Amino acid sequence: MKSHYNDPTGPQIVERRTLCVLVDNEPGVLARIAGLFSGRGYNIESLTVTETEHESHLSRLTVITSGTPAVIEQIKAQLERLVPVHRVIDLTMTGQSIERELALVKVAGSGEHRMEALRLAAAFGARTVDATLSSFVFELTGTSDDVERFIKLMAAIGLVEVSRTGVAAIARGAEGM
Amino acid sequence: MPETKPTETTMSETMTGAEMVIRALTDQGVDTLFGYPGGAVLPIYDAMYQQNFVHHVLVRHEQGAVHAAEGYSRSSGKVGCVLVTSGPGATNAVTGLTDALLDSIPIVCITGQVPTHLIGSDAFQECDTVGITRSCTKHNYLVKKIEDLPRVLHEAFYVATHGRPGPVVVDIPKDIQFASGIYKGPENSAHKSYQPRVDGDMAKIAAAVELMRSAKRPVFYTGGGVINAGPKASAALKELARLTGFPVTSTLMGLGAYPANDPQWLGMLGMHGTYEANMAMHGCDVMINIGARFDDRITGRLDGFSPNSAKIHVDIDPSSINKNVHIDIGIVGDAGHVLEAMLKLWKDKAKGAKPGLDAWWKQIDQWRARKSLSFKTSPNVIKPQQVVQRLYALTRGRDTYITTEVGQHQMWAAQHFHFDEPNRWMTSGGLGTMGYGLPAAIGVQMAHPNALVVDIAGEASILMNMQEMSTAAQYRLPVKVCILNNGYMGMVRQWQELLHGGRYSESYTAALPDFVKLAEAYHGKGIRCDDPDKLDAALLEMIEHPGPVILDCIVSAEENCFPMIPSGKAHNEMILPDTAEDIGSVIDAKGKMLV
Ligand SMILES: Cc1ncc(C[n+]2csc(CCOP(=O)(O)OP(=O)(O)O)c2C)c(N)n1
Ligand SMILES: [Mg+2]
Repeated sequence: MKSHYNDPTGPQIVERRTLCVLVDNEPGVLARIAGLFSGRGYNIESLTVTETEHESHLSRLTVITSGTPAVIEQIKAQLERLVPVHRVIDLTMTGQSIERELALVKVAGSGEHRMEALRLAAAFGARTVDATLSSFVFELTGTSDDVERFIKLMAAIGLVEVSRTGVAAIARGAEGM
Repeated sequence: MPETKPTETTMSETMTGAEMVIRALTDQGVDTLFGYPGGAVLPIYDAMYQQNFVHHVLVRHEQGAVHAAEGYSRSSGKVGCVLVTSGPGATNAVTGLTDALLDSIPIVCITGQVPTHLIGSDAFQECDTVGITRSCTKHNYLVKKIEDLPRVLHEAFYVATHGRPGPVVVDIPKDIQFASGIYKGPENSAHKSYQPRVDGDMAKIAAAVELMRSAKRPVFYTGGGVINAGPKASAALKELARLTGFPVTSTLMGLGAYPANDPQWLGMLGMHGTYEANMAMHGCDVMINIGARFDDRITGRLDGFSPNSAKIHVDIDPSSINKNVHIDIGIVGDAGHVLEAMLKLWKDKAKGAKPGLDAWWKQIDQWRARKSLSFKTSPNVIKPQQVVQRLYALTRGRDTYITTEVGQHQMWAAQHFHFDEPNRWMTSGGLGTMGYGLPAAIGVQMAHPNALVVDIAGEASILMNMQEMSTAAQYRLPVKVCILNNGYMGMVRQWQELLHGGRYSESYTAALPDFVKLAEAYHGKGIRCDDPDKLDAALLEMIEHPGPVILDCIVSAEENCFPMIPSGKAHNEMILPDTAEDIGSVIDAKGKMLV
């Protein structure tokens, strides 16, 4: 049946994109961006933000979102419309980039499970940042996929809880944003 | 009334925050402020009391203040300014702010706030104003330091007027209003990074002109952006249309940018637009959208929208381009700049020659011959369209401004009152806010004290901000309210007839007030008319009365507004007045889901 809005059931390819957004570090700027995504019904898979240039009061956000190419273009244009937004870079489109996140993973267990946890941590290059007689906290930095795989393996051993930062991303090469 | 501005040389002085507000308004050239006092803005009202530059208009509800500022702004091209208190003052302003956001009207709204040390404590009349207004303003500020206040005030004006215009809120806690600091003037008040593009990309403009030169069935589709770009943009549009010979249609918001008395004018397009405008949009091969946004009231069903055209879109807001409709040439820039660049290129390349458009115009004339705005008059009852037609005829030669409320009367006003100049037509387009028209008329009258300002109203809408009659009385503003009284929320009734089997659930207003007595209670003049033969006399009596008037025109109760593109249909599936039998069956189940 035809409607006068876009047909959401038609063939549409949903893509995952990583956007870097440079903003003035002023109160409410995160609420503005989060509000834009929720108010217009866009997806946020991950969002990280911290001040990166202290003297110029600039913060950098990394947002992972998904949508059809048309929706992604709208998201970028809507972000650029916000007064405190300086620039929006689509890292997925501008070429090669590096994405990393950090996870703190708490595992509890005894005997062979403890040994297996340590072996897996070593294999993933995770650091042990806390240990008790019955538990470990591992710190792992890697791609989201690495972190997912690590958590899945730990689940079989005795996962207690996980805290993740979300993704920070940067383009490869000499050029800055 | 405002005196001359203070000299620009005394720019760095120590003063209180409240004095800075008044000073910044003065330095920004603001002479009229619409507002309502309260505890959290008392210092600003006190500073205002001690000066003669900024003239305050005391409204009767803060929503009215924002609509009045909108009317003031849209009719004068200046920024509309509002001052309200914290809590309920701010929340009452929200509808007006949203209205200004959707219709791109530059507004600066100053709100009082509880003192900084009480923020977050649920203090008396505290609300999270920046939180509440974040999504209904273009930008907003909470000023927590007196050192920031002068910059923020000037930046608010910059942001409201640069790029796509819109409302800006500046929330000022009471302790900041009392604090003293160094005032700085408006020079260098541009935002450091917000610098919207105004000149379009020349390569794209050239490509657009090439496409226009090759067009066989072109149409200009223009919108509120042309009005916002100022009278020069309207003049450039007129000249470009004249040179190219292309037909012109416009959205509700764009009426007046192109003269309605011109033979190339097709009338308004969209849901209640003319047959010729919508058919031209459907059948064109090149569409040139200047400052409109492919709103759903315009496009109808998207996959049936102008299927065979190449589309050029000029807009100052990049997010409007490719939002709803795929665009072939998207040009980001100010409508005036881009129109002038197009004009220059057209003159250079086409040497003024019009391409052969005879066949296209012949087709358009056939569509025009359907007379889609026709209606039947009756000897016994006044037809609402007739009131607008007669009002139009009787105001020729006068300096007239029209505002409207929202509903059928608004569409009849758009269809039957014709505008030859920009800034003469004030209506709530994007938000469709009942209650807009009377306060907006007050704002227009403040900007144009000697003009004839008429609010074409519905009996339901007018009651939403009726209290502003009291404002009109206080400032002796001779606004005219012309009610097309059909006894129904007519537009709701029409949709219920079309979509809900004629079950008129709650769309009839029983116990309407006596509008004549109501006018008199507000120190105005009340007139009632229900006889077609006396309509002209009643309208003239309204027009010629030197004070505020409510004219209660009793019109036929069940008139529908045609032509109409039903929901879920495309432009070429319009209902015309002469084919409007059994309209209920035209709209399918999916169409009924739409608004
Ligand atoms: C504030 C608000 N509430 C509700 C509506 C929905 N609405 C649109 S038109 C309309 C009826 C308007 O009736 P009236 O003012 O009598 O105008 P008419 O259509 O009869 O000319 C209503 C309720 C609205 N647009 N605005
Ligand atoms: Mg009515």
